[in-house]
Amino acid sequence: MRLNGKVALISGGARGVGAATARLFAREGARVVIGDVLEREGREVASELAATGAEAVFVRLDVTGEADWERAAGEAVSRFGKLDVLVNNAGIYLRGFVEETDPGDWDRVMEVNAKGAFLGTRIAIPAMRESGGGSIVNIASFNSLVGTTTSAAYNASKAAVCLLTKSTAVQYAEDGIRANAIHPGPIRTAMFTSGFPDEEAVERRRALVPLGRIGTAEDVAHGALFLASDESSYVTGSDLVIDGGWTAQ
Amino acid sequence: MFAENRGTRLGGKVCIVTGGGSGIGRAICLLFGREGATVVAADKNAESAARTVGELEFLGAQGMAVQVDVSLAESVRGMVDVVVEQHGRIDVLVNNAGFGFAATVVETEEADWDRLMSVNLKGVYLGCKYVVPVMIRQGGGSIVNTASAAGLVGVPDRAAYCASKGGVIAMTRAMAIDHVDDGVRINCIAPGTVESPYFDEIFAASEDPAALRRLMEARHPMGRLGTPDEVACGVLYLASDESSFVTGSVLSVDGGMTAR
Repeated sequence: MRLNGKVALISGGARGVGAATARLFAREGARVVIGDVLEREGREVASELAATGAEAVFVRLDVTGEADWERAAGEAVSRFGKLDVLVNNAGIYLRGFVEETDPGDWDRVMEVNAKGAFLGTRIAIPAMRESGGGSIVNIASFNSLVGTTTSAAYNASKAAVCLLTKSTAVQYAEDGIRANAIHPGPIRTAMFTSGFPDEEAVERRRALVPLGRIGTAEDVAHGALFLASDESSYVTGSDLVIDGGWTAQ
Repeated sequence: MFAENRGTRLGGKVCIVTGGGSGIGRAICLLFGREGATVVAADKNAESAARTVGELEFLGAQGMAVQVDVSLAESVRGMVDVVVEQHGRIDVLVNNAGFGFAATVVETEEADWDRLMSVNLKGVYLGCKYVVPVMIRQGGGSIVNTASAAGLVGVPDRAAYCASKGGVIAMTRAMAIDHVDDGVRINCIAPGTVESPYFDEIFAASEDPAALRRLMEARHPMGRLGTPDEVACGVLYLASDESSFVTGSVLSVDGGMTAR
């Protein structure tokens, strides 16, 4: 098993990419802390994993709150003894051109997507140092690499995550802490459906993906598994682009 | 590190690895074999390819050695023909054969430039030219090209090498788009400096091998060189179906070298 003995904390783990990552990590032997503001869904994922014999626990985690992060990382350490992997996956989406974006909404997107990843990283580093190293996987977006006509605030927030990742990688390489970003293309999740509610909008989006399909949460989870595991022990500060060829053209 | 691991991530797949006789290519062959692949170790040096196949057989994996000069169309076509004849298909091609030499652009001899381009860049072109049609016929496949961190950033005294690897990255993206509808995924891996016979020679040839090694190590924020196994693990991810939504991507395995 590729994550045997490792302890992973996954923000936004109640559904979508986060839940798929939690399931795959558990299957590969990790002990998983699922953090989310969605308590009912988060507990369901944790009990589903526990029913398969995996060790999993849910903690309420609003990624914009430092105290929540302390509690989540504390849960990993007190219950499972350490923290090896952090997946900064929680995020929100906001459609809109620059002019349409309400400044208050901009702040909210930045707070969850960018500051949330920063706070998680800030809390995780001392715990990982204590464990002798670790791996931070930040879920950014292909929207952090290229502009899109669908969102301004989301693009900017994900670009912040991308460079936070590189700073973390460079600053903590000597501590044995790796940090990498995944840049998913359009992935069919609840968040995607919120931005593209009707099938016609989904179809227009699909037609723009060179590979001709919308990605799955599992596509992203497999990338996260590679970056979380020791198989990527020489990979840090990297951008893993899982976007069906969107940014290659 | 991974020697004890056995898996099925490439179960039933026929994989060609050029430069499979030594260094990174050999590590890719052995990892692929441990993951259930039938591995074609292709190398200019027939003896080294045979040695890799011997190691594969010792692991209980299927292997086949082929001598190839990736810079010659006839040689590459012959390799593809013999693999298709023997195994009926090609699921994965790793265009890994390559070399480098130390020189600025002013110091680079024209013949050396041409030779390097003919292996590092033309070799990737020829491999894809003859394997892509086979993959299209069978409904898809995955190609992984070995680029380099030197294709993303400037490295001192490696002008031709940087140019060739930058070319591999650009060609990877172009080919990925051209063949996306054919089910052929094409990605590349961009290693930093990796422990290999090639670098052993470079260290040995320098006036102060220890100082040169320290300099090379310091180029990577992780403070060490990578291992062939670490590069092979990245190639495995890109070769396998786990990366089925990944095409035209550049995966850096460089200890943080290009992140700063």
